[in-house]
Amino acid sequence: MKNEFQVIADLIEKDKKVLDVGCADGTLMKFLKDNKNINIRGLEISKERVQECIAKGLTVIEGNAEKDLKQFPDKSFDYVILSQTLQAFLNPELVLDELLRVGKKAIVTIPNFGYWKVRFHLLFKGTMPITKTLPDEWYNTPNLHMCTIKDFFHFVKSKDIKIFKSLALNNLNKSTINESNLGVKNLFADLGIFLIEK
Amino acid sequence: MNTEKNIKTLIVKKPLKLDCGKTINDFPIAYETYGSLNSKKDNAILVFHALTGDQFVTGINPATNKEGWWSYAVGPDKAIDTNKYFVICSNVIGGCMGSYGPSHKDPNQKIFGTNFPVITINDMVNAQYNLLDHFGIDKLFSITGGSMGGMQVLQFISNFPDKAKTVIPIATTSSHSAQNIAFNELGRQAITADSNWKDGNYTSNETNPGKGLAVARMAAHITYLSKKGLQEKFGRKLQEREDLKFGFDADFQIESYLRYQGSVFVDRFDANSYLYITRAMDYFDLAKQFNGNLSEAFKNTNAKFFIISFTSDWLYPTQENKDIVIALNSIGADVGFVEIESDKGHDSFLLDVPDFLSALKNFLDKSYEEN
Repeated sequence: MKNEFQVIADLIEKDKKVLDVGCADGTLMKFLKDNKNINIRGLEISKERVQECIAKGLTVIEGNAEKDLKQFPDKSFDYVILSQTLQAFLNPELVLDELLRVGKKAIVTIPNFGYWKVRFHLLFKGTMPITKTLPDEWYNTPNLHMCTIKDFFHFVKSKDIKIFKSLALNNLNKSTINESNLGVKNLFADLGIFLIEK
Repeated sequence: MNTEKNIKTLIVKKPLKLDCGKTINDFPIAYETYGSLNSKKDNAILVFHALTGDQFVTGINPATNKEGWWSYAVGPDKAIDTNKYFVICSNVIGGCMGSYGPSHKDPNQKIFGTNFPVITINDMVNAQYNLLDHFGIDKLFSITGGSMGGMQVLQFISNFPDKAKTVIPIATTSSHSAQNIAFNELGRQAITADSNWKDGNYTSNETNPGKGLAVARMAAHITYLSKKGLQEKFGRKLQEREDLKFGFDADFQIESYLRYQGSVFVDRFDANSYLYITRAMDYFDLAKQFNGNLSEAFKNTNAKFFIISFTSDWLYPTQENKDIVIALNSIGADVGFVEIESDKGHDSFLLDVPDFLSALKNFLDKSYEEN
């Protein structure tokens, strides 16, 4: 399992009710269900991924987060997870609002466009950056709204969203992000993980 | 339809008050079972059939000598694995395969015809509930069915919220739409316009309203297929001829196909039953039973739901299936949903659609492991 998933799992206490938005093949869901007794649901847009979740015995709803989150009542989950997908929505702000309405807390992870390798790629090669967390070409990437850790940090602050934890991940290294180290973390982390609440 | 010796029947002694206000008692429910009930009695699956189905889910149907209607899904090692599960299916009341219906005799030994009480989906499931007592089953492992079978699934779990662990409505709706009612009315009008119908008082096979019933079936059959599926299968292909004949014989293969579907249906189905069952479907509106709030229908159950729709089903389209998902999510129920890609229309649930069958199998088997 990805290190990112381990970090997310560590943020969640046992026996909670959790919704994984864009749950893909259900790897994280299965881990949470088996190891933390989580009452877990998934929302996934790809029919193939939905089938993979069903084959793992997971409860998954085929749907689109931009349209289908509205059916869940306010604060009906302890945590809502959104892993590396916020940038792929037409309207990320609306999705973020919905995550925080449906979940008592939300865990959002962001592939960091401020990561030094991304910056170097654009600066020296002069082409759109391709990295481990941004593997696609410019013409086939699902990412519509790339942002940096700094962008996201400022964005949630401006929306009066409470940040409980913000973590920077670089391969296996996990560290805490705060106002004073934001510039450094924005350069050296390829992934930001935020535990937030509104 | 002289197959009485192959039909297992439960006589229900307990009076059943119908939605129309009448009460029936000592009435027969014809059923069939597949696989065996285990000692814990926790492996039973109640399957509900659709409009023209019957209790003969799989294997050879003794009445038609053809494969049962859900042979692709039910049987040893299939999606609903009869090596593992005990499958029960019964003919709905109002039907014509042995359960109490309009072709039965009233207490004065006169065939009911249209004097049979009008029944509803609610009446059907209340009648079938007696099978649980009959088999000594406290809780079913699953209930499932497509189309009208799905309506019965929804009504059953609403009426008996703690009697099923898993609930699988397929290609269905919680409320019959105007378009659904319109197509059913077309079928009913075809039957009642047949001079042999005689206000429902036809008695022998020679004088039954076969032409009307065949037209009803032909019209309905179109609604079970998709435009793309029809086009790919038939297109404008001609039926055993080189060119158009400039007449009204079946020039096109699709005409010939529909005529055939109509004619074989008449041999196995009773016209009055067709009126009664389509009426029950039209009256189905589960939300209305709960003052317009569908979620209320499910608020007392802890069952795990899995809802399946098909991309090309325009009779009970994905959105109507999703409305059920939405109602369940709004009360925090355990519900999964998948829309299966298929160009086979509403009939997809009856056919060899691998993604559908594997989803059904995986859901059942994984849920049973967690039992």
